[in-house]
Amino acid sequence: MGRAKVVIVGGGVGGTFVANLLAKQNDRLEVTVVDATGVHHYQPGLLYVPFGWERPERLRHDERRLLHPAVQLLQAPVERIDVDARQLRLPDGGMLPYDFLVIATGSCPMPDEIPSLAEGSHHFYTEPAAVRLREALHRFEGGRLIVGIAGFPYKCPPAPLEFTLLLDDWLRRRGLRKRTELVFVTPLPQLFSIPTVTPLFEELFARKDITVETFFNTEQVEPERRRLVSLEGTELDYDLLVLIPPHRGSPLIDASALGDKGGWVPTDRNTLQVKGQERLFALGDATDLPVSKSGAAAHFQAPVLAQNLLRLIAGQEPDARYDGSVMCLVETGNGKATLLRFNYEQPPKPPRPSLWFRWQKTLLNRFYPALVPKGIALGEFLALLQGKFARTEPFCGSALMEQWSQKVAFLRELGR
Amino acid sequence: MVTTLQADKIVDARGAQCPGPLVELIRAIKEVPVGTVVEVWTQEPRTKEDAKAWCERAGHEFLGAFPADGYERVLVRKKR
Repeated sequence: MGRAKVVIVGGGVGGTFVANLLAKQNDRLEVTVVDATGVHHYQPGLLYVPFGWERPERLRHDERRLLHPAVQLLQAPVERIDVDARQLRLPDGGMLPYDFLVIATGSCPMPDEIPSLAEGSHHFYTEPAAVRLREALHRFEGGRLIVGIAGFPYKCPPAPLEFTLLLDDWLRRRGLRKRTELVFVTPLPQLFSIPTVTPLFEELFARKDITVETFFNTEQVEPERRRLVSLEGTELDYDLLVLIPPHRGSPLIDASALGDKGGWVPTDRNTLQVKGQERLFALGDATDLPVSKSGAAAHFQAPVLAQNLLRLIAGQEPDARYDGSVMCLVETGNGKATLLRFNYEQPPKPPRPSLWFRWQKTLLNRFYPALVPKGIALGEFLALLQGKFARTEPFCGSALMEQWSQKVAFLRELGR
Repeated sequence: MVTTLQADKIVDARGAQCPGPLVELIRAIKEVPVGTVVEVWTQEPRTKEDAKAWCERAGHEFLGAFPADGYERVLVRKKR
């Protein structure tokens, strides 16, 4: 094969990172990212927009500037992936052929799946929604404020809990907390989907006097009466409602008949190849993998995917394995955060919230645009931070030297 | 014998992790008429207890959980 054509659909975290890793590791590839907008949104920052703690324009990045110079960017919507002909169908009859395709099309919040959710409720998962919520919050003068999860799956599972804890802080600062009843609703039997994490959040919510309604499957919102109705027969009146809508895969996946009933691409949990499609890979939210839909998961998948794709191009077996790794720095309020790190086999064991983890999260949010173009993994970045100012053995000279040499190598890479 | 109960709708949630099977069960119950028996296939050990607790809360009848070949069949009748 001459120059292999690798096309990546989607310029989010996963697509951008894979493109840069491929370009960095093999200069004989023709790598093209196809993205509808050419604008890369740093979505974790949307969490802070409703409180006025982050400006939306700072979260928008020119995709071209995040990509390695050798990667081509095609700004166009894709109408269909034609697997048999190995090409993408573009508007006005355009076609883009590929030898290998990476699906990184993400996920979409679907407020229309629940009656009147779109009209009656807010969320912060897109820039317009986060801005609209900011306006509503700044008009809020007290009453019952309900936050929660309207359906599964949704991306970044801890985000609604983080939002609630930050909201508690924000209401206190504005002198509104005593006039506000904060209620959290979830379809689950407990506060969070991972049992090892639940006790920490239950304790935090109890300490902050946040009422939790479990087994609350939102059936409909009644905006005129400001009432929320559950499938279980519970009715709750509200003054302001923030419910995270269930998500679906990209419409492109449905249009290309590549997804399951939720629009997710069936993906091998280890090699990240699309099941039954040797030349197709997928990562991030777009997949049906049993891990959180989050940028962190896509970040950990990208190096595995890139390695397997390069091996396949070289005529070798794709034997790199994704182990289900996900890492989230989670806001817990009061200026603190905790760390959820887990994989297919090991559940997370969150440490006590601390200012230290909150500082790491701040650094990550700031450094993100600098890290992605360099093809530097989140794990490496956080390992630098965690490795480990917090728990070094000060008298163990060789271990300390080893850590510092890793840090120096990492910083050299960053500066290159 | 309850195990001979015939389900009107079977949801195969094998391989799905928590809360997947419970979410699938609730979704199915939402879509079927009152009186329908829904059976969910699960490999998650927690589904049985979660489904039982959800039925108590939501007013549906938990008919039981029965072992099958490498998975469990959890049966629920929609009551309202």
